[in-house]
Amino acid sequence: MGLLSDPNRRKAITSLLTRLNTPICVVCYLAGIAWFMGLAFEPFTLRTYMSENAMGSTMVEERFPSGERALATAREFAAHKKKVGGMPVDWLVKTMRAQGLEVFTQSFSRNLPFPDESKERFVVRGTNVYGILRAPRAPRTEALVLSAPCSPGNSNNQAVGLLLGLAQYFRSQIYWAKDIIFLVNEHDLIGVQAWLEGYHHTNITGMGYTPLQGRAGSIQAALSLELNSDVVTSLDLVLEGLNGQLPNLDLANLFHAFCQKLGILCTIQGKLQRSDWDTVEGYTHSAQTMLLMVLKQASGRPWGEHGLFLRYHIEAASIRGVNSFRQYKTDATSIGRLFEGMVRKLNNLLERLHQSYFFYLMPSLTRFVSIGYYMPAFGLLTTILLLRALDLWVHLGTPTPVTEDGVGEGESPSSPGLLSVLTPVVISHLTGVALYTLPVLSQEMAVEHFPVSETEAVVLTAIAIYTAGLALPHNTHRLISGEGTEQGWRVLKLVALLYLAVLLGCTALINFSLGFILAVTLVPAAACVTPHVPKALSAVAMVLLSPGCTILYCVFLFQELQEVPVSLAEGWMLFLSVISQGILDHALYGSLVYPLLALLVYPCWLLFWNILFWK
Amino acid sequence: MAALSRKWDPLFVLVLGSLVFSCKGDVLKTSNDRTESISATKIEESSPQAADLGDLRQSDEAESNEDRKAFTPPPPNDQFQEEMVIRPLYSGDIYASFQFRTQWDTDFLHDGKKVSHYRLFPKSLGQVLSKFSVRELHISFTQGYWRTMQWGQPFIPSPPGAELWVWFHHTVTDVDGNWKELTNVLSGIFCASLNFIDSTNTVEPSASFKPLGLGNATDHRFLRYATLPREIVCTENLTPWKKLLPCGSKAGLAVLMKSEKLFHSSFHSQAVHIRPVCKDWQCTSTAWELRQTLNVVFDLYTSGQGKKEWSLFKMFSRTLTEACPLASSSKIYVDVTDNPGGELFDLSPSSPLISTAVVLGDRRTYSVYDLTKKETFGQLRSLNLLLRWKGESDDMLRPPLHAERYVSGFGLQKGEIHTCLYNSHPYRAYPVLLLDSLPWYLRLYVHTLTVTSKTRENKPSYIHYQPSKDRLRPHLLEMLVQLPPHSVTEVTVQFERALLKWTEYTPDPNHGFYIGSSVISALVPSIVAMDTNSTRDRPLFSSFFPTKEESSYFMRVYTEPLLVNLPTPDFSMPYNVICLTCTVVAVGYGSFYNLLTRTFQVDEPSAPLAKRLANIIRRLRGVPLL
Repeated sequence: MGLLSDPNRRKAITSLLTRLNTPICVVCYLAGIAWFMGLAFEPFTLRTYMSENAMGSTMVEERFPSGERALATAREFAAHKKKVGGMPVDWLVKTMRAQGLEVFTQSFSRNLPFPDESKERFVVRGTNVYGILRAPRAPRTEALVLSAPCSPGNSNNQAVGLLLGLAQYFRSQIYWAKDIIFLVNEHDLIGVQAWLEGYHHTNITGMGYTPLQGRAGSIQAALSLELNSDVVTSLDLVLEGLNGQLPNLDLANLFHAFCQKLGILCTIQGKLQRSDWDTVEGYTHSAQTMLLMVLKQASGRPWGEHGLFLRYHIEAASIRGVNSFRQYKTDATSIGRLFEGMVRKLNNLLERLHQSYFFYLMPSLTRFVSIGYYMPAFGLLTTILLLRALDLWVHLGTPTPVTEDGVGEGESPSSPGLLSVLTPVVISHLTGVALYTLPVLSQEMAVEHFPVSETEAVVLTAIAIYTAGLALPHNTHRLISGEGTEQGWRVLKLVALLYLAVLLGCTALINFSLGFILAVTLVPAAACVTPHVPKALSAVAMVLLSPGCTILYCVFLFQELQEVPVSLAEGWMLFLSVISQGILDHALYGSLVYPLLALLVYPCWLLFWNILFWK
Repeated sequence: MAALSRKWDPLFVLVLGSLVFSCKGDVLKTSNDRTESISATKIEESSPQAADLGDLRQSDEAESNEDRKAFTPPPPNDQFQEEMVIRPLYSGDIYASFQFRTQWDTDFLHDGKKVSHYRLFPKSLGQVLSKFSVRELHISFTQGYWRTMQWGQPFIPSPPGAELWVWFHHTVTDVDGNWKELTNVLSGIFCASLNFIDSTNTVEPSASFKPLGLGNATDHRFLRYATLPREIVCTENLTPWKKLLPCGSKAGLAVLMKSEKLFHSSFHSQAVHIRPVCKDWQCTSTAWELRQTLNVVFDLYTSGQGKKEWSLFKMFSRTLTEACPLASSSKIYVDVTDNPGGELFDLSPSSPLISTAVVLGDRRTYSVYDLTKKETFGQLRSLNLLLRWKGESDDMLRPPLHAERYVSGFGLQKGEIHTCLYNSHPYRAYPVLLLDSLPWYLRLYVHTLTVTSKTRENKPSYIHYQPSKDRLRPHLLEMLVQLPPHSVTEVTVQFERALLKWTEYTPDPNHGFYIGSSVISALVPSIVAMDTNSTRDRPLFSSFFPTKEESSYFMRVYTEPLLVNLPTPDFSMPYNVICLTCTVVAVGYGSFYNLLTRTFQVDEPSAPLAKRLANIIRRLRGVPLL
């Protein structure tokens, strides 16, 4: 390693890096994107395989017979639900008790910070009902959860019916080693959140709930069921959970294995698997599937009830019945058997699911991209930031040609340093704090003065603060430190580049998709910005590459990939609702995307904006 | 008698002593009643085993067993009794409890006299008793958790897994050594993993486990208590247990113990209790009592397809044809308390013998079948009790005391253990002793220990805490808590999960680590005493003052064990870690070392030859160099 001690070789390398900096950066960026898109190409990915021995070799037989009866129960449930006009708690308690379960209820209430317009709720009060099937000769140390939401209207009745049918069938079996909890929750995710907080006796989101009476030890795995029709054409597996957490890949493998065994069509992201990987259509299909997963994961919100379990280290997945116009139908008995098989295999588990991957992307149900394969794509993008930083560092360190004649120039780079850098950093972060706190705090005032609803008020305040942030901070450093110097913006940019690199790196470790999407838009902006480019054009480019616009693109891309393209106006409305949902998810379930964007990413981007307008 | 009355003293001294300042009057009264009852009433009532069925007698033969013992002819100085109780539970399940009692008038601990002739008493256990100077031994193997809220109270409670507690004789000098050897020997006798009992899971409870037999041992240095919550109980444990019976499983009640049926149940618990008891009524000398108990709960829901009907044959796939020929008494009791007029279920064949007794604070009525009598077996020469339900049973009275425990929080750093104690008694407060033994790898934050009932702090009147030592000793936490009437008392303590050394993980570390049950011991006010309205049919003169021996009874409740996940490394990781660290060390350390050890010199261009020559001359002359 002569690099550290041999100044000549060091000099040679740095000069190479600074001389070829821009081409290397361009290559890195293109390579990163290409690498990422290559992940969806089948020969580059791995086939899924069952890692967990306890689930692989042990055979189970599925004998669940009473799909029809489950549907009859579903109809009965629907009738009672209609009669009560909500969750038929008494009926559920009675039914579960008659099946020989230990039944408990939990009531909860939650005031939303502002009304949720998409679901039309503000003050949520509800009751969860759960029945515990006690495993014979088991000491109440382990449990599995099967949950179904009691949704408003006519949806999800079949899920509850099937759940009760399974409970009845499971009760008469002797082979259970873990207790099984059958949970019917009200108000979808809020109910699940209340139940989980009650079960683990925590309170992280300010939920009000009555303490749980019955417990069954540590929960090993959970399956959530959503079923809207008596027959389905396919079952969709939903994995993305809160903050982009994913369950162990073995859970997806388990689902796929049983779908294969029982001949049920199974999809992920609503997309069937194609066998023609070598055609353009085949590749596009898997790229779409993977991009959908990336977008869903990046959103950081739970995409099913399972999403909230993941925080408690409970491997969970949602299984959603889809009924389309396809000829091939699957009846409730088969779905029941699928669940029976999955639960029985989970029951056979000796340890928590831990053998397989926790960080992966799935271009199809049989293929996966592990963390080792997708991280280089992100690594290539962040390399750009580091290279630019190195370039700046070298420029700052070596005396500029101007200083050859003047002696006093050596002093000047360091003197404006701290204050001129610190001021924009502090100001942009204060803007971030305002963006984080003000929308919810000032909603009442906004509603008073403007003819908007609370939700709109929150979203529009957020957008207003976001836009105001563009105008606010970029001249302030002059008030404190006088005229900005050439050295000043370089130091600031160096700091901002390193900050962004660390920020994106940490984000990508927790939620790769979010980190990658942010990197794709932020890195070019961060790499190119200097005060010496044409102002108007660059300003437009900067705004287009800002985090807010990234969300807008994601909304359009998501709709496009889901094959429900939207017009600009609809897209804008969706964008507004996405923002309000993001703020709500943060308040209700502790999703971290909103604070991350408001408190860290947006201020970081403001720093670059600041550099653009450096005078 | 004197010895007997003293054996409960330590607990009461403790209970009273700690309650004197804090407790309410009614509790004090209870305790006073209690002490009186000890001195005044029969031997069995003073012992917590009064709750056991061994002491369940027909009302007409009120004398104790010891009393009857005195009239038996002298030559065989040992006797054997067998008994089974069947209790239909409110949940529709069936509880079957076997008890086998062997009593032998001998002294294992007597110096110089070696006991070598064994008749009914199992030799393997007798030798163990004398070799390790065991005063009292209680061992239980349980598979499943007793569901107090559905099933009521068990006759003999036991925690899931294996539990062993032993009082050694006070002459033993090396208690730990004896304990270590004893556990290994018992592990062989019962085919169980008792050899995993070592200092890291053994505690010396100061108050919760008092001797149940004769003796005034109060020094808890001679007591050892350990549980193995992970122990799986199966046929391999049942077979050696059955071999200890005089008739084996060849005759008597033990023929019912077919393992495929016993383990096709909701709950299975087998135990062995050995203790010294009084030989006779005057208690002039001691005898040894061996009690083997087996408790099973059958879930008729799974096996009976919802039809509520059971018989001996259905439960055990056997019927009874004879008593054990060696048994002096052999009886089956069927609890018919809830079926006084026969409206709830039909029992056939019916028995003319009815016995009532106060069991677990409740007055119960039993149909008795005496297997030593020929007529019990009827025409077919086989007894197959059949019980057919007719009506739905109403809701069960909540048991006066039950408890549950769970770990709260998420993540792998910290957690909190919650123990909820429920006092369901409508108006009586009573104290309970809570014993918690937690392994060292849960680092307890004892300052976070809180006891709250009815949202108010409830200060325990007695706390005994022994901190853990890493890899040597578990935490021991014992406290005396007063439970207000009709309340939930919550005991919480926070802990941090320790990172183990990589060899200390079990082969299945991601399963989690088991934490043994907490033990709650209490004198619970009985349901009979609660019945002041005299709803039950009994003479008025007997119901004004609460009857002393019935006013409260001893009860032990075990909570569920806990499964706690510790931070677990990925064990396939060492390879990656080794590769990675080696690379980092090689690159980073190598270059730093290189930098640090290298000497840097200014690389001067060498001077011309003439100058060097001039310098040599100058040095010789002593003039400064050029």
